[in-house]
Amino acid sequence: MILLHALAAATDPTLPRDNPITDFSDTPWWLSLVKALLLFVFLLLNTLIVIWFERRVIGRMQQRPGPNRTGPFGLLQTLADGVKLALKEDLTPKNADKLIFILAPAFFGALAFVSFAIIPLGPTVSMFGHQTPLQLTDLPVAVLLVLAVAGVGAYGVVLAGWSSGSTYPLLGGLRSTAQIISYEIAMGLALVAVFLYSGSMSTSQIVESQKDLWHIVPLIISFVIYVITMVGETNRLPFDLAEGEGELTGGFHTEYSSLKFAMFFLGEYVNMFTVSALATTCFLGGWQAPPGIAAINDGMFNHGWWGLLWFFLKIWAFMFFFVWLRGSLPRTRYDQFMRFGWKFLIPGTLVWVIAVAFLKAADNGYLGEKTVSFLGADRRLASLIVIGVLALLVLAATWIWEGKASARAEAAKPVIPDVIDPYAGGYPVPPLPGQRLAGSESTNTKAVIHG
Amino acid sequence: MAEKDKGGFFSEMFAPVGGFGVTFATMFRKVKTEEYPEVKRPTQPRFHGRHQLNRHPDGLEKCVGCELCAWACPADAIMVEGANNDDTPGGTGRFSPGERYGRIYQINYLRCIFCGLCIEACPTRALTMTNFYELADDSRADLIFTKEQLLAPLQPGMHTPPHPMAQGMEERDYYQGKVDGGTR
Repeated sequence: MILLHALAAATDPTLPRDNPITDFSDTPWWLSLVKALLLFVFLLLNTLIVIWFERRVIGRMQQRPGPNRTGPFGLLQTLADGVKLALKEDLTPKNADKLIFILAPAFFGALAFVSFAIIPLGPTVSMFGHQTPLQLTDLPVAVLLVLAVAGVGAYGVVLAGWSSGSTYPLLGGLRSTAQIISYEIAMGLALVAVFLYSGSMSTSQIVESQKDLWHIVPLIISFVIYVITMVGETNRLPFDLAEGEGELTGGFHTEYSSLKFAMFFLGEYVNMFTVSALATTCFLGGWQAPPGIAAINDGMFNHGWWGLLWFFLKIWAFMFFFVWLRGSLPRTRYDQFMRFGWKFLIPGTLVWVIAVAFLKAADNGYLGEKTVSFLGADRRLASLIVIGVLALLVLAATWIWEGKASARAEAAKPVIPDVIDPYAGGYPVPPLPGQRLAGSESTNTKAVIHG
Repeated sequence: MAEKDKGGFFSEMFAPVGGFGVTFATMFRKVKTEEYPEVKRPTQPRFHGRHQLNRHPDGLEKCVGCELCAWACPADAIMVEGANNDDTPGGTGRFSPGERYGRIYQINYLRCIFCGLCIEACPTRALTMTNFYELADDSRADLIFTKEQLLAPLQPGMHTPPHPMAQGMEERDYYQGKVDGGTR
């Protein structure tokens, strides 16, 4: 009975479970400033390194060394490029809307840094004599903040495209508007499943709820969809349609040069870190050590500054994934990209979220309290039924889809007539193997033999 | 025919993402790039590089100033001006065995196409090609190589011309290989 009560309390929807569990009471304002500064430096340094990393790794994927001249292993290449960018002539086109043309890159660059404020980089640590979480701040709606900032950040791109007073930037800006808006819907829906599982939108709470099992295991579909949409959100290959150099020269930043261009460049890479950090937080257990290592020495690797290491490794795994994508895939066509987003990702995530909602409801006992023993453990009957129904639905959907696909393939087969009139189009056309010429009495045996 | 190309179940399933495997595997392959200025790969021995004006073993020049190389050159890159060897006391001295020598010898590497016809034309094997290929410069004048630049360096036992032919030798002996270094 006591156990049941405890279970009921744990699943009681009236209890406030969605507030952040991080405790900022021992964090004076100056420590927050220090943490903000450290975050800024962390992101800048990481950007410097990731650009080098990307060029080196892509180089190796193409059997060439990549930058190796400036500094040891070419590590200072990005720095040299940055200095070069800063020293270049800063052009403002005549047709540009001057104020917005200057504001857009600043806007884009600055907003890229905002989202990182709510990312938990580690557990509570001792900093300058204060016990403070390795996180700048947390909100009950922290993940929504990331989505909102990403949405507002799109303005940087849109305004840059519009204010350049030129055609290609305008097209690039329009593309990126459509792109970010449509992929943010699927991204938000993919994250809804995470909210359902962790019962909170606060990042610290989401990390806490993955103590036993990372969300990537039960929510693998959400994870896959999130990874696809995060590539779309960050304008990276294969979804870099907003700046596709083959079709739009440089897209929204065609007219930008010098430090203004550097801001877009920086913003893009910081955005990569932001979406990777969010993926880490929502699906890969945040700063928590990987399952095997977490068990060592009574969880010692899950305390203090160790968290930073795991977090760092996880976001860099995503960085490698980004680079790998860029090294492997060509750019998608714009209509394919949009069709994929609206006709597949959004309805797919909607169905998935409903399925997760039913699963979660059944697990929490809203669909009946009865439990049965199944595969050596007590499980709720409702959960099993929901899983069974879902599996049936998936099977049925696959069956219908396959049927339709084969019907389409059948319909797409070209029809070759047995008899052709070689002069029908005005010019003589030779018959295909097995075809007979109209008007000739005997069958064209020659063509048949050679066919 | 399309049926024949099909692999097993798994290769079918992962075919759409097979490219990822290719890029990943390529990362561990040997890099093909030549780190050129630091690491210079030797050329083939018969590579047509910069020219060289050779010497006889005692240091006298093999070039007799016949200008056949200049005539053979399809790009008009070679200029030769011959002059008489002057053995008389107080004269300019002897630079090659025989009657004449190349007083002025220039090859314009802005024009040269490294075809090697000059080498084939040379009757005394004075002109040959080395494997040296780093012939870039930032001024046009510097790419017209003069005789001093083209002459082979003095080996031990050689002496800088002008100097008389080896003791008791005449021109024919030089071509028959009877002269060795340092015999004066």
